[in-house]
Amino acid sequence: MSRLARRTLLSSAIALAAAALSGTALAADTIKIGLVTALSGQSALAGEAISRGMQVAIDEVNAKGGLLGGRKLELVRRDDEANPAKGVVAARELIFKEKVAVLFGGLDTPVSMAIVPLANQEKVPFMGPWAAGTGITRNSGNPNFAFRVSAMDEIVDVAMLQYAQKNFKTAKPGLILVNNPWGESNEKGLKAALAAKGVAPAGVEKYEGNDLDMVPQLTRLKAAGADTLFLVGNVGPSAQVVKSLDRMGWKVPVVSHWGPAGGRFTELAGPNAREVHFVQTYSFFGKATPVRERVVKELMAKYPAIKGPDDITPAVGVANAYDATHLAALAIAAAGSTEGDAVRQGFYKIGRYEGLIKTYDKPFTPDNHDALGPNDYVWAQFIDNRIVPVEN
Amino acid sequence: MQSMSALIAGFGLGSMYGLMALGFHVTYAVSGTVNFAQGSSMMLGAVLTFAFAQTLGWPMPLAVVLALALCALYGLVVEFMAVRPFASRGSNAWLIATVALGIVLDNLVLFTFGKEPRSLPSALAVSPLSLGGQGLGVYPLQVLIPLVGLALAAALHLAARRTRWGVAMLAVVQNRDAARLMGIPIKRVVALSFALSAVFAGIAGVLIAPLFNVNADMGTLFGLKAFAVAILGGIGSAWGVMAAGLLFGMLEAGITSTLGSGYTQILSFSLVIVALALRPNGLFGRAEVKKV
Repeated sequence: MSRLARRTLLSSAIALAAAALSGTALAADTIKIGLVTALSGQSALAGEAISRGMQVAIDEVNAKGGLLGGRKLELVRRDDEANPAKGVVAARELIFKEKVAVLFGGLDTPVSMAIVPLANQEKVPFMGPWAAGTGITRNSGNPNFAFRVSAMDEIVDVAMLQYAQKNFKTAKPGLILVNNPWGESNEKGLKAALAAKGVAPAGVEKYEGNDLDMVPQLTRLKAAGADTLFLVGNVGPSAQVVKSLDRMGWKVPVVSHWGPAGGRFTELAGPNAREVHFVQTYSFFGKATPVRERVVKELMAKYPAIKGPDDITPAVGVANAYDATHLAALAIAAAGSTEGDAVRQGFYKIGRYEGLIKTYDKPFTPDNHDALGPNDYVWAQFIDNRIVPVEN
Repeated sequence: MQSMSALIAGFGLGSMYGLMALGFHVTYAVSGTVNFAQGSSMMLGAVLTFAFAQTLGWPMPLAVVLALALCALYGLVVEFMAVRPFASRGSNAWLIATVALGIVLDNLVLFTFGKEPRSLPSALAVSPLSLGGQGLGVYPLQVLIPLVGLALAAALHLAARRTRWGVAMLAVVQNRDAARLMGIPIKRVVALSFALSAVFAGIAGVLIAPLFNVNADMGTLFGLKAFAVAILGGIGSAWGVMAAGLLFGMLEAGITSTLGSGYTQILSFSLVIVALALRPNGLFGRAEVKKV
């Protein structure tokens, strides 16, 4: 080999190595935040809401110069099709290939329950901006990498009973629950809440997500003397419950988990939709705050389909994801690195943060991985197509 | 009154299963094949009716007729794309090909119709029926459904005996080769049976839409139950599948209202297995005679 050729070879090798190096340097520049949620299927709108809340928060962090000395945040999304197996595959890809610093989950409790053990094992912090299953944050991981900025079934169940007793003088509630892990999680929570108050339920009835007639189940509850219904289910079947009540001509207060908020409840359930009082973590029609005005403005600027607060649906998805993303960013900043265990401990170091839902003060401790508690919940109802806080 | 409304609700639900199961029967009788994604055809009927009547604001009768016509067209597509290429070569791959086509349709609808469940209003599903001042727990539509179901089963029965195409169908069922020798266009008869099958499913979809939520996967569970019903009734008998549909629907409602919903799926499907163990050709079916 001539000297010239050797030199060319050497220089091109150096050039190649340099290119490769600069490539990795560029990639390391961004801090990836992963999201595994339903982006297709019935719950796609919810997945989109989470994405929007996250993106607006990420844009805010980036506009202020990013984290860890100027590194920008980048959202990497994968579709779980509301399927736990697909969710785990997507989570593995985000953890091992994309090397996300924090992994966000979606709205389906079964999917999050499947991903959390992986997050604990691989030491990647998991943030739940929606799914309310108690076991997501109260898992057997030691240390536990799962955090949440959302409602939690066990607390929601206590709040449902409190609300019903206060507003409807409930003495004998009937439970009507969807037949899946979410329904089970609440069956456990509601029974515990009832037992703690010495209240005996009139009965517990289940329905399938695709059932179209709940008259038989409701008739059993009515015959057993139920004076209030506790409803847990997604928007479609929740609407079927309201329609079935309508057909039976049974006027009974319905206190619900937040399922109805997931879609066009009024269109699906008819005029009686407004009789259902359900839990929310946030409403854009509640008290005005500077943070809210800023977020609404940013959402309208970024997504032309959003003309005002009416179009920010489902609101809880946007609001929870927005606050959760900022809290995750604060945790990374407190950790001073993107290393999983450091970020986990970074969550405990967060002090005061003025968010959309509330002003957080030390939101996470080693014993409490849920940033929201019962006093942060808002009770809401559908008036036409708007979710508005119930005025007592 | 409680058992009365459960009975009527079950009757309405059951006739829906029966109607869909009739769709399985029609094609099976003629060609020995079925569209396994019958639930998708049902969904298509409901979604198209919604799109024409609600989104475009056309009058309801026009919307329904147009939706059913397109269902018929879809039935022809199923036969042409997912059944004929395989059945003509003696392969059973149409089993999975029809399922695949159904999934394609579900996702196309998801893509175009949108992801949110919607509701189709109907004048027959506004105020519930009452008897002597006591609410019966059902809308007028739920009483109409079994009537339509039984009328269609009767129409199918008559058409098969009184019309040229019906007689041609029967001839194909009885002896394919002889029918072909007599100049009956077998391919067209089979295609027609698939169109008819999709129309039955479409009618079920249109009827159920005001009671249910219209979305891309509304037909999945229904299609599955309808197939169980078709097998239970004896897939070769039109009256059999209709009767099995009614039986299954009332069984479901009966179990739910007496024992509670936790037992419905377990008991109703277990009873299907028991029934088939006792009568392998279905409650009303006859054993197929293999002529050598």
